[in-house]
Amino acid sequence: MATRTAPSRLTAQERARRAARGGTSRSVPAPLLAPALIAVAFLLLPLAGLLIRAPWGHMAAALSGSDATQALVLSLWTASVSTGVSLVIGVPLAWVLARTAFPGQRLLRALVTLPLVLPPVVGGVALLLAFSRVGLVGRYLDDWFGLTIPFTPLAVIMAETFVAMPFLIITVEGALRSADQGYEEAAATLGAKRMTVFRRVTVPLIAPSLGAGAVLCWARALGEFGATITFAGSFPGQTETMPIAVYYALETDPNAAIALSLVLLVVSVIVLVSLRDHWLRGSVS
Amino acid sequence: MTGKGSDGLVVDAEVRRGDFTLAVALAAPSGQVVGVLGPNGAGKSTLLSAVAGLTPVATGRITLAGGVMDDAGAGTFVEASERPVGFVFQNYRLFPHLTVAENVAFSPRARGMGRRAARTAASYWLDRLGLASLADRKPEQLSGGQAQRVALARALAGQPALLLLDEPLSALDAGTRLDVQAELKRHLADFTGPCLLVTHDPLEALVLADQLIVLEDGRIVQEGNPAQVARQPATDYVAKLVGLNLYPGRADGSRVTLTAGGSFVIPDQGQHGDVLAAVRPSAIVVSTQRPRSGSARNTWPAKVTGLTLLADRVRLDLDGQPPALVDVTPAAVADLSLSPGSQVWLSVKATELEVYPHTGRRPGQG
Repeated sequence: MATRTAPSRLTAQERARRAARGGTSRSVPAPLLAPALIAVAFLLLPLAGLLIRAPWGHMAAALSGSDATQALVLSLWTASVSTGVSLVIGVPLAWVLARTAFPGQRLLRALVTLPLVLPPVVGGVALLLAFSRVGLVGRYLDDWFGLTIPFTPLAVIMAETFVAMPFLIITVEGALRSADQGYEEAAATLGAKRMTVFRRVTVPLIAPSLGAGAVLCWARALGEFGATITFAGSFPGQTETMPIAVYYALETDPNAAIALSLVLLVVSVIVLVSLRDHWLRGSVS
Repeated sequence: MTGKGSDGLVVDAEVRRGDFTLAVALAAPSGQVVGVLGPNGAGKSTLLSAVAGLTPVATGRITLAGGVMDDAGAGTFVEASERPVGFVFQNYRLFPHLTVAENVAFSPRARGMGRRAARTAASYWLDRLGLASLADRKPEQLSGGQAQRVALARALAGQPALLLLDEPLSALDAGTRLDVQAELKRHLADFTGPCLLVTHDPLEALVLADQLIVLEDGRIVQEGNPAQVARQPATDYVAKLVGLNLYPGRADGSRVTLTAGGSFVIPDQGQHGDVLAAVRPSAIVVSTQRPRSGSARNTWPAKVTGLTLLADRVRLDLDGQPPALVDVTPAAVADLSLSPGSQVWLSVKATELEVYPHTGRRPGQG
């Protein structure tokens, strides 16, 4: 039987690769290759632009010339506090969603994960309506405690938590659902009450997902812009976080904006590397 | 069976899981190992799960040393964490994030001991089971036999009044199995409370258990001491496990008419009614010529349908009335030139037949 085209050349290297990974030719058909290359260019060119335009020579000057340090410090600590708050209240919620059944549970899950898809600025408006001095809850906080939340660092933390916590919740809930409950049964037969089981067995077993969820939550909080600027404003040193500082610097001091952006880029790369094992392996295996 | 053994475990209950219903009545006295034997899906694990408090019973009750653990009628239920039970799970379920010592200390700690006291308790059990040198290892660094011992130590460290073992040796390879089995037998002998041991391996049950319960399809189909169960299996499943040919039939004094076709002359025991006749595969003689049939000998023609080489003999699968499994030497296979399709004659002495009444337990008689 004749072959339809001439046999192709197969190098020893390619032979070894096919033998190891199985399958046939790994060359990419042209109709798929071109769009794929366009996608790569689209995603990477802007980043390349950032790197090329960066004021490498006077980076320190560009950063110190703005409120960069202040904004960076504010961003780092507010993102960390909102991650902490998310862990304290979000993990128990994830457990409730994963391990119990009650009427309306599906609706509740949908509602608490809504901020994942909600435009952050809408979240900011909603927070404002709830917690401003004339807001639903804010009015009483103001009347009874003299507490005013909007346009304070507390507002920054609340905006970041509102937007970022659902990332932690869905990550942890997924881990709890797929965790082997046999270990929890074993712990129960060994005399552990439910809270002990949670503390000594459940949490350690999902620790990798807990870590990944926290990192994801922190990264999302760090980049938060829309809800924060709406609910907390942009007072330097008080509520002006890195993304907001970048936005304003672009108008007044483009070099500072680029330098600030680079700092955020570096942080993002570090986050990506730390998530590598947990997050990216899934797409390969 | 209820009423007796108030010092041990008494189960008289139904447990439902989806469409499956387990209905059992059993008593396990203190110091005895009750083997629960049965095929997959018979309800063995469900039974342990109910006794441990991981699955509530649907009807009936479970008591331990006279105290109620679960009583569907009265609505009483003792949570799993409050039951004095030690559970060795099929795949051990050792906590992967804790060391061997921390695994063993888990139960004393969870039951209210201080950190230091729990460590001391754990090291006692580690010493006792010869695990002291493995104390700092993680479960993933253990061999199967070691993991099995750690699981046993962890269960015993909680000072249970009742021990539950779910297929304790099934995760082991054949090589280490016998050693671990002998060791397990020693440790079980030291345990003073009742013990339920679930297995689908008849040899394991015969070696480890003082009493046997055979579960099939959620019902107890046979119970008794292991020797008796092995000699007089009540169902096909047990007969296969212990390697016997089992024929149900109707006895009429000196003859049994078999349900599978044919009839046997039996040693006259004056048996009447439904009986089971069991015969060892090695007790049946194969010949190519029709043997002289006597009053104390049964002969019938059969066709070879399969040959399987066992360790030192060949097992023949034969179709006839009745069908039979017969063990012969490899030399005999050659001498008689046996192959699938060969026509042969089978004969067995009446005295080689074990004939006993077919009690035929039905659901509900539990």
